[in-house]
Amino acid sequence: MNTIAAISTFFLPVLVGVILLYALIKKTDAYGAFTEGGKEGIRLSVSLLPFLLGMLVAINILRASGFLDAMNQALSPVLIWLSIPPDLLPLLFIRPISGSASLGMVADLTATYGTEHFISRAAAIIQGSTDTTLYVLTVYFGAVGIKKMGRALTIGLLADLAGMTVAILITIWYFA
Amino acid sequence: MIVVGLIYSVVNGTTSKVNTAMFDASTQAVQLVIGFIAVFTFWLGMMEIAKQSGLLDKLTAFSRPILLKLFPELSPKDPALGFIMSNMTANFFGLGNAATPFGLKAMTALQANNPDPAVPTRSMITFLCLNTAALTLFPTTVISLRMTHGAPDPMDIVVPAFLATCFSCVIAITLDRLFYIFTVKRSRRRR
Repeated sequence: MNTIAAISTFFLPVLVGVILLYALIKKTDAYGAFTEGGKEGIRLSVSLLPFLLGMLVAINILRASGFLDAMNQALSPVLIWLSIPPDLLPLLFIRPISGSASLGMVADLTATYGTEHFISRAAAIIQGSTDTTLYVLTVYFGAVGIKKMGRALTIGLLADLAGMTVAILITIWYFA
Repeated sequence: MIVVGLIYSVVNGTTSKVNTAMFDASTQAVQLVIGFIAVFTFWLGMMEIAKQSGLLDKLTAFSRPILLKLFPELSPKDPALGFIMSNMTANFFGLGNAATPFGLKAMTALQANNPDPAVPTRSMITFLCLNTAALTLFPTTVISLRMTHGAPDPMDIVVPAFLATCFSCVIAITLDRLFYIFTVKRSRRRR
């Protein structure tokens, strides 16, 4: 496992080094290219602000109003019936919507149950194996100014649901 | 979403909480974008060097056959392929903040060939499905979280998480294909 950690740590400096060395060999104007690309980076990130702001405001309003909690409670009988521990429920629900909120929940569960408990492991695996679908779609579609998410949202959420269910099953199987 | 939240807050008596939440979220968005400026400027600068020196093309050549299978609409010379490859590689190694600018470049490249700029193309949808499923080898944030909580082996979740993410990717690709086939058939019948 430590090799994976090492690869992850060294990937960045090696990547930057290789890019610069290759440019040096090919005699590319590296600095000119860097500033050119960088300028685009600024433009791109600023253009994301309205999309991101709108989405975050909407999500925060839903959360603060207590609507998400109410949805959770409404859905809990279904998930209990599927024998998913009720403690994991809010996480399943919030994971595709807000990455920071779900990470907070994982931290919370880990603190409550300890790192070796089934629930904390399942939570960590759910958090690690999926991405914040709504956020990804907002940012990526926002960058090109597309407002219709269409079937990308449906597929993203369905895949999340499948992924999270399997994450729980794998946890049961792997740590049994 | 906003309307539902607002109405619910009135019913539930949480209006004052909602008021603060709205402006907290706005501040949060601005902070996020400031973070983006730093990361995007750096990585897109690096990316431009790799592009101009020809390194990007070389690396893309390896993954081209697989990518063309996933994105049958793209021509083998499409510049988006290089960005898609970089995005997926960065994601795979858990470099989330490098992955986003590459992914956005891919989206811009795809948008350049979009006949109707208001509607996402098939390739965009496939690309985003892959991204939301997040194929990653190494979920860095979760591991560091487990580390801070004193897990004896914080890495023990890497293998199961990888299996789960592979599965959700396969599901995403399958659903994407099914949805595509389904909509194409429906629009043909209409004609």
